[in-house]
Amino acid sequence: MNADVSQPVRLRVNGEQREAQAPSTRTLVDLLRYDLGLTGTKEACGVGVCGACTIMLDGRMVASCIVLAVQADGAEIKTIEGIGDAEHLDPVQESFIRNGGFQCGICTPGQIVAARALLDEIPSPTEDQIKEWMMGNLCRCTGYYQIIDSIKDAAGQAKA
Amino acid sequence: MQPFSFHRPTSLDETFSLLEQHGDEARMIAGGTALVVMMKQSLFTAEHLISLDRVPGLSGIRGEADGLHIGALTRHRELEMSPVVRSAAPFLAEVYSHVATVRIRNQATVGGGLAHADPNQDPPAAFITLEARVKLVSRNGERLVPVAELFSDYYETVIQPGELLTEVIVPPVAPGTRTAYLKFLPRTEDDYATVAVGATAQMQGGVVQKLKVALIAAAPTALSATVVEDQLVGKSVTPAAIRQAAEAVEAIVDPLDDFRGSSSYKRDMAVVFTRRALERVLQDGA
Ligand SMILES: Cc1cc2nc3c(=O)[nH]c(=O)nc-3n(C[C@H](O)[C@H](O)[C@H](O)COP(=O)(O)OP(=O)(O)OC[C@H]3O[C@@H](n4cnc5c(N)ncnc54)[C@H](O)[C@@H]3O)c2cc1C
Repeated sequence: MNADVSQPVRLRVNGEQREAQAPSTRTLVDLLRYDLGLTGTKEACGVGVCGACTIMLDGRMVASCIVLAVQADGAEIKTIEGIGDAEHLDPVQESFIRNGGFQCGICTPGQIVAARALLDEIPSPTEDQIKEWMMGNLCRCTGYYQIIDSIKDAAGQAKA
Repeated sequence: MQPFSFHRPTSLDETFSLLEQHGDEARMIAGGTALVVMMKQSLFTAEHLISLDRVPGLSGIRGEADGLHIGALTRHRELEMSPVVRSAAPFLAEVYSHVATVRIRNQATVGGGLAHADPNQDPPAAFITLEARVKLVSRNGERLVPVAELFSDYYETVIQPGELLTEVIVPPVAPGTRTAYLKFLPRTEDDYATVAVGATAQMQGGVVQKLKVALIAAAPTALSATVVEDQLVGKSVTPAAIRQAAEAVEAIVDPLDDFRGSSSYKRDMAVVFTRRALERVLQDGA
């Protein structure tokens, strides 16, 4: 067996150039959390099903728990930390607060990243488009109606 | 996860050299959605992972006289949204839209999906019924293999050591071709199928000119259901003929007992969903 030799992984994360030494087995979510200290992104299922670890990789919404850090070398990353800030929340974040779009909060970073990505691609999605896009973001508090309402509201649409 | 060396070749030549050098100890990685999950669960280990993502010329979709050429590194979502695919082979885009979630489709590649050869995967339903072929390339040359002959067992293909899948070629779809993909999802929308059936057909004056049927999640590989096709091609369509042809799949399916259903339940559902798919493509207004 190989010794797990670290190699440099260079990323542009939320507009900032970052670098870390990553063993081959490091997943991207672990690199973000443990090496770069960006703990907003959560890992829950670990197998790409639940959406808690959703980030943007070169503009694509992906599950960072099933991407190797070394695969992402050279990539442009956006995480929840790159969406709004304490003084200026993103309209999606405002809308989640207004509509009760989160309860316990664990799935929320992934929900917000996914919702932001949806609205960037489809500014006025239909309810079916919202459901299809958000399908892989599980909320074990089962607050799905509020999440859908939050996204519709953020898109400037009336509630159902 | 077991440690490995990660290689990122930037040419096909370099890829072949790495494959030769590391032989059995190497595995290619494309999107990684299948491999990384299996490595995390210790279902799979490799000493060397050879990433294909920097090899030029393996990505993208071209429409040519002999059909669509889809590069192995093309991501599922790109195929699904491609205007070229949507106009030349909308059925293919439709079937891809049933794979998992947008997030998985954004990362998984067409070639990785085919090489993974899990019989529960959706895309072979389209590729088999559209009579697509894959191009397999090695240092010594290339060959074309019909997708219907690509899979040899659970997670096994006829791809040889030193060979890689570079593209899928989907021949032009004849005008008037009718298509159906029925994915039985009793659990959640983003699940793998309990069973699924794809069908394409051409009809003339109530007679079946051409018919292709493929079954997913019903056997150790995606199945090309020629037994069904043989019963109906050249015949007039009647409800009885459809029912009888659908029952023929019982003899070829061999589903696993798992949390998506018992083997006997899936066998029954394979017949039901084959019948419904046949009704869709062979009956007017069905
Ligand atoms: C949560 C989840 C849900 C899923 N649900 C579905 C579903 O509903 N329907 C469905 O159809 N699929 C589903 N899948 C499976 C998914 O389609 C596959 O994981 C994916 O297509 C594999 O592609 P990849 O590029 O990520 O392959 P990788 O993981 O990179 O590779 C897979 C295999 O292919 C080999 N390989 C890769 N590229 C090539 C090449 N060019 N030539 C030769 N060999 C190659 C690799 O060595 C490896 O053995 C799901 C996956 C996940 C994680």
